[in-house]
Amino acid sequence: MKLYVPLDSAAVALGADRIAQAIRDEAAARGVAVEIIRNGSRGMVWLEPLVEVVTDAGRIGFGPMTPADVPGLFGDLASHPRALGLVEDLPWMKGQTRLTFARVGVIDPLSLDDYRAHGGLAGLERARGMSKAEIVAEVTESGLRGRGGAGFPTGIKWKTVSEAPGAQKYIVCNADEGDSATFADRMLMEGDPFCLIEGMAIAGLACGASKGYVYLRSEYPVAIRIMREAVRIARAAGILGPEFDMEIRVGAGAYVCGEETSLLNSLEGKRGIVRAKPPLPALQGFLGRPTVVNNVISLASVPVIMARGAAFYKDFGLGRSRGTIPLQIAGNVRFGGLYECAFGLTLGQIVNEIGGGTASGRPVKAVQVGGPLGAWFPPALFDTPFGYEEFGAQDGLIGHAGLTVADDTVDMLQMARFAMEFCAIESCGKCTPCRIGSTRGVETIDRLARGDASALPILTDLCNTMKFGSLCALGGFTPYPVLSALTHFPDDFARAKEAAE
Amino acid sequence: MLDSHAQTDRIAEILQAHQGLEGPLLPILHAIQESFGYIPEAAVPQIAKALMLSKAEVHGVISFYHDFRNKPSGRHVLKLCRAEACQTVGADAVADRIRRALGIDWHETTPDGRVTLEPVFCLGLCACGPAAMVDGRLVGRVDEGVLAEVAK
Ligand SMILES: Cc1cc2nc3c(=O)[nH]c(=O)nc-3n(C[C@H](O)[C@H](O)[C@H](O)COP(=O)(O)O)c2cc1C
Ligand code: SF4
Ligand code: FES
Ligand code: FES
Repeated sequence: MKLYVPLDSAAVALGADRIAQAIRDEAAARGVAVEIIRNGSRGMVWLEPLVEVVTDAGRIGFGPMTPADVPGLFGDLASHPRALGLVEDLPWMKGQTRLTFARVGVIDPLSLDDYRAHGGLAGLERARGMSKAEIVAEVTESGLRGRGGAGFPTGIKWKTVSEAPGAQKYIVCNADEGDSATFADRMLMEGDPFCLIEGMAIAGLACGASKGYVYLRSEYPVAIRIMREAVRIARAAGILGPEFDMEIRVGAGAYVCGEETSLLNSLEGKRGIVRAKPPLPALQGFLGRPTVVNNVISLASVPVIMARGAAFYKDFGLGRSRGTIPLQIAGNVRFGGLYECAFGLTLGQIVNEIGGGTASGRPVKAVQVGGPLGAWFPPALFDTPFGYEEFGAQDGLIGHAGLTVADDTVDMLQMARFAMEFCAIESCGKCTPCRIGSTRGVETIDRLARGDASALPILTDLCNTMKFGSLCALGGFTPYPVLSALTHFPDDFARAKEAAE
Repeated sequence: MLDSHAQTDRIAEILQAHQGLEGPLLPILHAIQESFGYIPEAAVPQIAKALMLSKAEVHGVISFYHDFRNKPSGRHVLKLCRAEACQTVGADAVADRIRRALGIDWHETTPDGRVTLEPVFCLGLCACGPAAMVDGRLVGRVDEGVLAEVAK
């Protein structure tokens, strides 16, 4: 009997390790031989732990599993109370266009044979037969933009590094993923680590860089373990070596270290203070040398682009947002998880149709898109299509494509206060508007909460100062959640006043 | 706890093991904290000397990062996610009840040295919050029941 039990952090947090053990125990008691493969997650977090049993018809899913449901796996599968049918046929799976996440949840993450059998390494092999300029051109042509938040065209960044003079260049993968409501990087690294390694190796070829680093946040112990193991396996198999090798480095709990220049300082062993640009990291990055800094998903999307061609990838999407985006649907939502699809779905489709509305069953009040620096959207803006420019036009951003759904019990004044508090806690301290302004922001919102309406213009002024006087987007974008809360949910700020009166 | 000689030797070993790395300070600090549970004050001059940095620079790095502690934690470390997605499913209320039950606030350790409570901003479990980490183990949809795991 062959089964899949995810090793993914979310599955484990919901008991997957206990389920795997219960399966082993039950099999031993029955004298049945079982092979348990620890896979990544299919992304249906509400069904985790999701166990899959391999049958002649395909992989049948069971979830969410409890230890009490385990003995039933050894009986009539069709009548099992947790039976979901063929996983491939579930609507959540069928609706997606899985390009970057094609293998996540499907393969054994640490089996190179599995990786190859599912199309892995085809991109790297093709890249090996191309010149640096040809690889850069292919990535540029695909329309791929940075998935870390800023949306800068990946090919253009690579071109700068590729053409920069320098004997030693670097590929640095930003796996700091600090935004609330995001877990795509984590799921990719846990479920298909070789895909990231392949993407970095291709970047190395394109840019003439022989060394790579993954800066991986310490909050992700499973991803750290899987990535380290995968690097060791890839090195033993000769995929990594003198031509291009890489190391996994662990962060230390600072949100701002996701900002690329702060990350580079941290990687060098310094305080994670943001650097002024210019110089661009592409020209003077890690240790002052030409460096590509790319998000996990940007790099992990390169293998499929190289394997299937720029035109194939570019064909998906909307406007200037080409290809697919792994949406991470989180918070108070019925069907939470990862859903990869072409850009262009409306926010309402994502929240109500794919996400199924709130988990509490109450009305959706607001959705924060793009993490702690992203704007809160009211249902009135649910017709906004998911794309970089489209969200920008509504004073929002898509960031790393995380969505936090909140029901009508959420107090938007408190969420605005939290945004300021978070900025104060995580500020690197370099600029006054961010460091001091955020603390003033908390105090000002507290005044509003006490019913002091005269604090309102002070708050908007403060937001303007932070927007225009901050060096990086931590201070510069914290006004997004604050002002969007104020603009779209004025009642929550007025209600505080009424309560005081 | 190790005596000071053993401590110096262990730190020297760690410094030795990290030679040749580009930007070795964070990996060194992680290794020291893993060995001792915190970064002992006496490690600072030793690291500074080995990496040719000033003591102030090493201090500055240690104090910048939330992960590094300069004194031992409680026997258990309970980290609760305070970020937005977990807030939308009641993380604040759970944290309030846990703080009341333990009689401590964020960053504090119970007087009996049993548990240290730390805030964390996102564990990547945002579709199954409120999220927690108990002594390195991940927990989704956490509630006060988690206190049983840090009871001894
Ligand atoms: C405060 C702050 C935090 C950030 N955190 C991350 C992060 O966790 N991961 C990430 O890829 N980019 C993050 N970024 C964006 C990076 O600075 C940078 O734009 C990105 O790594 C570039 O890679 P890409 O072009 O592939 O997106 C952050 C930016 C700021 C200002
Ligand atoms: S805006 Fe804040 S985090 Fe960014 S550089 Fe300035 S002080 Fe540092
Ligand atoms: S790590 Fe940024 S201020 Fe603490
Ligand atoms: S917001 Fe709590 S785990 Fe991500």
